[in-house]
Amino acid sequence: MSKENKKWFSLNLGSGKSSQKCGCGNEKGSCSSENKPQEHKDGFQQVFDVQMSRRTAFKKLTASLMIGAGAVSTSCSMFSGDESKEKAQIDWEEQFKGNYKLMSDEEKEATVNRLVRSYELRTGKTISMSSTNANENVLFGYAFNISKCQGYMDCVNACVEENNQDRSTQMQYIRIHEMEDGKGFNFNEADDNYYHEVPAAGHFYMGTQCFHCDNPPCVDVCPVQATWREEDGLVVIDYDWCVGCRYCMAACPYDGRRFNWKTPEVPEEEINKNQHYLGNRLRKKGVMEKCTFCVQRSRAGKNPACVEACPTGARIFGNLLDPESEIRWVLENKKVFRLKEDLGTEPKFWYFMD
Amino acid sequence: MAFFKVFGSLVKDSLRVTTHGSRHYHIWMAFLTFIMLVGMYCYSIQIEHGLSVTGMTDRVSWGLYISNFTFLVGVAAAAVMLVLPTYVLKDVDFKQAVLIGEGLAVAALLMCLAFVVADMGGPAVLWHMIPGIGVFNFPNSMLTWDVIALNGYLFINITIPLYILVMHYQGKTPNPKIYIPGVFISVFWAVGIHLVTAFLYQGLQARPFWNNALLGPRFLASAFAAGPALIILVLAIIRNFTKFVIEDKTIKKIGMVVAVAAQINLIMLASELFKEFYAPTHHSESAYYLFFGLEGKTALLPWIWTAIPLNILATVLLTFHKLRNNLNILYFSCLILFIAIWIEKGFGLIVPGFIPGPWGKIAEYTPTGIEIGVTLGIWAMGAFIFTILAKTSIKIESGELRFRGKK
Repeated sequence: MSKENKKWFSLNLGSGKSSQKCGCGNEKGSCSSENKPQEHKDGFQQVFDVQMSRRTAFKKLTASLMIGAGAVSTSCSMFSGDESKEKAQIDWEEQFKGNYKLMSDEEKEATVNRLVRSYELRTGKTISMSSTNANENVLFGYAFNISKCQGYMDCVNACVEENNQDRSTQMQYIRIHEMEDGKGFNFNEADDNYYHEVPAAGHFYMGTQCFHCDNPPCVDVCPVQATWREEDGLVVIDYDWCVGCRYCMAACPYDGRRFNWKTPEVPEEEINKNQHYLGNRLRKKGVMEKCTFCVQRSRAGKNPACVEACPTGARIFGNLLDPESEIRWVLENKKVFRLKEDLGTEPKFWYFMD
Repeated sequence: MAFFKVFGSLVKDSLRVTTHGSRHYHIWMAFLTFIMLVGMYCYSIQIEHGLSVTGMTDRVSWGLYISNFTFLVGVAAAAVMLVLPTYVLKDVDFKQAVLIGEGLAVAALLMCLAFVVADMGGPAVLWHMIPGIGVFNFPNSMLTWDVIALNGYLFINITIPLYILVMHYQGKTPNPKIYIPGVFISVFWAVGIHLVTAFLYQGLQARPFWNNALLGPRFLASAFAAGPALIILVLAIIRNFTKFVIEDKTIKKIGMVVAVAAQINLIMLASELFKEFYAPTHHSESAYYLFFGLEGKTALLPWIWTAIPLNILATVLLTFHKLRNNLNILYFSCLILFIAIWIEKGFGLIVPGFIPGPWGKIAEYTPTGIEIGVTLGIWAMGAFIFTILAKTSIKIESGELRFRGKK
């Protein structure tokens, strides 16, 4: 991403570590790689969050390219300890597991357990990861009140922190477009990368993110079905199945998808350890990711982080199949509209004004 | 078993032939090897750090690799313009050129596959795409159609010439009943690969610059101009450096093919420009960016304004029989036409598709040195493969290389 992409949120995030190089002067890897309990002699591109030195990264990749030859040798080795054997076993199974979409519930649980264990082996810390399926009679929808949004970008902050997005490239799922009064919804002249005090006089604000279309073009084009629409309407990605061709990115009319151009970096202390396989678990380089309406929260009955963080109440989220829900009230009582409806994508993201 | 014996001997002979040659030949091969090594080094950096070492971003997510891929599919498809007259219409003039054309198709297809792999974020998990082991999203994803089309075409273009060469190698006449059906399939398949590749872009409602019914036909026209133009240049070089006889008549006939295709291409270009600029809509912004720049962002201007005049000049030169039949002018026109179409069908097509972005953001794309290094490396690989294929087949066709199984 370009250097001028300095976003409002970076001021609020933790101690601002995201934009600083660490003290060891090692720009590419991370100084934390020295603190790891042990050097791993094998491994795959299944990078998880572990920040590695260049050498380790290269080793891992070579091993991966040789389709696990490294793992075989390690797991057969007489000299390596039980832990590294277990790690190799996990890496092996993760490298050759199937597509999450096609897994049975047991298989889903097994891969989640492997990922949690692997994280524990690598960092000594425990995370909780869920593989909760879509609840019955739930279809998620979202509404955005243009009158209320003031462009504070608290939603963007909350999203980045909740979803463990790469801090080094300042990846954001949400874009807030600052538009000039009197020009209507003129996205061309809007600024989605502003860095000044808000609300700016004579402007209004409009947020975009993944609209979780009912007829998503990104899903059709994926050559390996690594992205799909879940029963509750969420459009999700299996990060481990994605081959990184970026066809979905070209197919999305809403700029809803992001690519990990490099290994994502999230400072250990800022990692959100409450994760979902399809949601905010740590990604690796070379795969797509996107907004999941915070699947780890929404399937647990909570609002997405952006909704919770919004100080003006401009964001409304809920179950479209529940007649009592707030989102249904908005759809029934406000003059709602959607963006680029002519493309036939059927977004589940509505805009309205007071 | 007899076939494998012959084939083994052919491989051995071809290894001998391709490792021996004039000083020029060795310099050429050493040069290509060097470029390939540079390309591999660049690719190793890309593997280590990810695609962040390229100029691509979330705003412009396909760049030089996919541009070259798109262009080379066209070059590969162009072999059909030689195959069709030779085998189907029994026009002998093309017989000398057709093996060269098919060799070029094989090299171009391998380059295509290399460019696609270079563009992947996770080349290590490409097995996810193999039907059976992975999940092949057929027929929904046009990319899976393209995988089938390209690999099928590669198979056809390897087997047919191989059969003919193996037969000639043994001093036998190839049986038309065996290879003619394959030839017919390859004719349709060649149109198919290019149309399918066009549909890859054409089917995206998100990108108005590509979502245009003329894209597929225009792909075909430009491919049938650029591909045979390259074949003419290659034949000219082969004629110059080897004893292989290629008559003027053959080259002039291919020149005719190029001329017609270039004219059709130009008509379609005019139609496209008319639609974009007579009554410009919101959807014409990409074309505006390409030809005139938007908001002071003008990175593609020098390229497209090189391509268009070259394209027109080449087409005009090729249109006049007198000029086209002068071989030097023909070679010159083919060269500039090839360059023009490479620009126009390459990043002149891919990059503006992303600019402006879905919300009107204009973020430009400039390839990095590493990206260019990998690209050159892949082109060198293509040239290397083609040289080996061409050298062997020329030796067989000229009768210098023969099977000596039973002594």
